[in-house]
Amino acid sequence: MLSISNLHASIGEKEILRGLNLEINAGEVHAIMGPNGAGKSTLASVLAGREDYDVTSGSVVFDGKDLLDMAPEERAAEGIFLAFQYPIEIPGVSTTNFLKTALNEIRKYRGQDSLDAVQFLKLMKEKMKLVNIDQSLLSRSLNEGFSGGEKKRNEIFQMAMLEPKLAILDETDSGLDIDALRIVADGVNKLRSPERATIVVTHYQRLLDYIVPDYVHVLYKGRIVKSGPKELALELEEKGYDWIKAEAEAI
Amino acid sequence: MTPSYASYNDFKEQLLASFRDNEERMNGERKSPLHQLRRSALKQFEQLGFPTIRHEEWKYSNVNSLIKENFALDTASSLTAEDLVPLEIPNLEGNILYFVNGIYHPELSRIVSPSEQVQITSFADSIKADTEFMGAHFARYADYQDSAFTALNTAMASDGVVVRVPANTTVDQPIILRFITDARISNITSQPRNLVVIGKNAEVMMAESYRTLGENSSFVNVVTEIVLDRDARMQYYKVLNETAKAYHIGTTQVHQADNSHFYSASITLNGQFVRNNLNIVLNGQHAEAFMYGLYMPNGRQHVDNHTLVDHAMPNSYSNELYKGILDDNSTGVFNGKIFVRPDAQKTNAYQSCKNVVMSPGASMNTKPQLEIYADDVKCSHGTTTGQLNDEALFYMRSRGIPKDEARTLLLYAFSQDVLSQIKIKPIREYLEGVVREKLTK
Ligand SMILES: Nc1ncnc2c1ncn2[C@@H]1O[C@H](COP(=O)(O)OP(=O)(O)OP(=O)(O)O)[C@@H](O)[C@H]1O
Ligand SMILES: [Mg+2]
Repeated sequence: MLSISNLHASIGEKEILRGLNLEINAGEVHAIMGPNGAGKSTLASVLAGREDYDVTSGSVVFDGKDLLDMAPEERAAEGIFLAFQYPIEIPGVSTTNFLKTALNEIRKYRGQDSLDAVQFLKLMKEKMKLVNIDQSLLSRSLNEGFSGGEKKRNEIFQMAMLEPKLAILDETDSGLDIDALRIVADGVNKLRSPERATIVVTHYQRLLDYIVPDYVHVLYKGRIVKSGPKELALELEEKGYDWIKAEAEAI
Repeated sequence: MTPSYASYNDFKEQLLASFRDNEERMNGERKSPLHQLRRSALKQFEQLGFPTIRHEEWKYSNVNSLIKENFALDTASSLTAEDLVPLEIPNLEGNILYFVNGIYHPELSRIVSPSEQVQITSFADSIKADTEFMGAHFARYADYQDSAFTALNTAMASDGVVVRVPANTTVDQPIILRFITDARISNITSQPRNLVVIGKNAEVMMAESYRTLGENSSFVNVVTEIVLDRDARMQYYKVLNETAKAYHIGTTQVHQADNSHFYSASITLNGQFVRNNLNIVLNGQHAEAFMYGLYMPNGRQHVDNHTLVDHAMPNSYSNELYKGILDDNSTGVFNGKIFVRPDAQKTNAYQSCKNVVMSPGASMNTKPQLEIYADDVKCSHGTTTGQLNDEALFYMRSRGIPKDEARTLLLYAFSQDVLSQIKIKPIREYLEGVVREKLTK
């Protein structure tokens, strides 16, 4: 589904991704861990199409198409979704209005009819239950004055509404209380299917207890330096990153 | 018969000559106090002359190109009801008055409110027939000593509307003034004059809308005086959706007594050169004024909003929010004065002006001016001018919303803070439509 090879990306003079390789198949969940500043959010942003980054070499193929060639909105319509580490406030636009526009733009791209108000509301009700989110939050300006946890939950709600093929969750667990963490994880798990894949960026094993990954990768200095089964996350939790750093520097 | 002044190449001379010529044709009225007042206004205009950019109040708004245009002072028009159809605001009901080249046209207009609720007459009729009332109010509020354009209007105005709302009355239908300039054949100028006097504990909604037809230049110089007696309430909207060759200079002068409430929205959608003055005197305790504004110039349009709130008595309140979206090579000016007099203790005055500049060629000048002479007051003001938030745009695009649509959505939301204040639904919906269209263009 997603094939990243030798990806280099920089911002200004600073190279952040330095030859990153990653293969993801449909149906899989991949966890990406790694120390602060390693480039995890950068990878997520580059995949979503943030224009601040220059991709200097390498390729990203998504479902047989060159992802790097597409505008952010095209990537979304092709099925990429990024749950932001720091969701942005959109003054004056309610979540409901925002999602209705987004969903119908995506449908238009795919040649589908737009949903009318009734169909949209029905879908919304359904997904609201899934992530246990309140109507009153959805009528407010998107993310404006939302608590940290509300923002994260809203990201997952958006994901549920847009049903992406590849969801990238960038530290969606940070700032969530235990109950919210379980709800968010439940939401993600319910969307798991053989056609979809998920990348979970996290610092903590805690989330991976709920969203059990097929693979765990360690990103360090702009590269995936170690990959392993879910047990790798436990090992990292126990031992920290020093041994990985030492291994990586030795190469 | 209307004489032509085409031989005058100086606009000021042309206007002065026109005044004298009209005076020639007057009989006994010439000696009336009202006419004497207009004479002194003319003298004032003659002395002041058109302002230059050396004038502090006109620093960023240059009227030079306006003065150089050649305008006919002729008000004749062949406009028919049919020509107005495309200008109609869908579903709008109420008292709808049409003024063509500044002159009231009863045959195009419709007054539906009963006269016990409100008396709506033309300025032309009132100034002739109701000299006592006009003597008591006309030019009593809008100062013409320091403003050339107000002086000019005070001297020259021939028509407009006079609205009187008796005490303890709610006018349940809005009053809509539609000023149409018919510039299909030549450059046209007009000087409308309106007077609104609202009795104790009475309530009314009024809107002024300005449109120009045709390809030629137009210049409207309007003055509206509004007086609210104690406990009176008014919703007042001014809407400009003019052509790229339309000049507009307007002053709305508001005078408020105890516990009166004035709500205004000033919306400038289009126009070559626009100057809106909104002056409010809070001359009563617990008087409240709310001022909203939205302007969205593009091309080479210039929009200047000057507001002045004069807190003259204790315990009064004012709240102001003006918002601008500036595109292409347009320019905008916001000048907001708040004046708190020594006696006006416990004044609350809030002012905010927010602008989004969409292109490197567009620019905005903002100048809040607070002059506070009382010590126990709450005042705040703030202006921001910036670009659309890139982070927000990326966030929206990452959800599948194309860039242009994302921009439109953000800007439309930005404009809603002002448009949502408009209580006459058909006008609000009309404006929302025009704003949306302008943003998607
Ligand atoms: N706009 C920018 N300008 C300059 N440097 C940047 C910019 N964005 C990211 N960086 C730098 O790139 C590096 C990688 O940042 P990134 O946000 O991808 O890290 P991360 O792995 O997500 O870290 P964390 O775990 O703290 O979220 C950091 O050193 C960061 O300071
Ligand atoms: Mg990060």
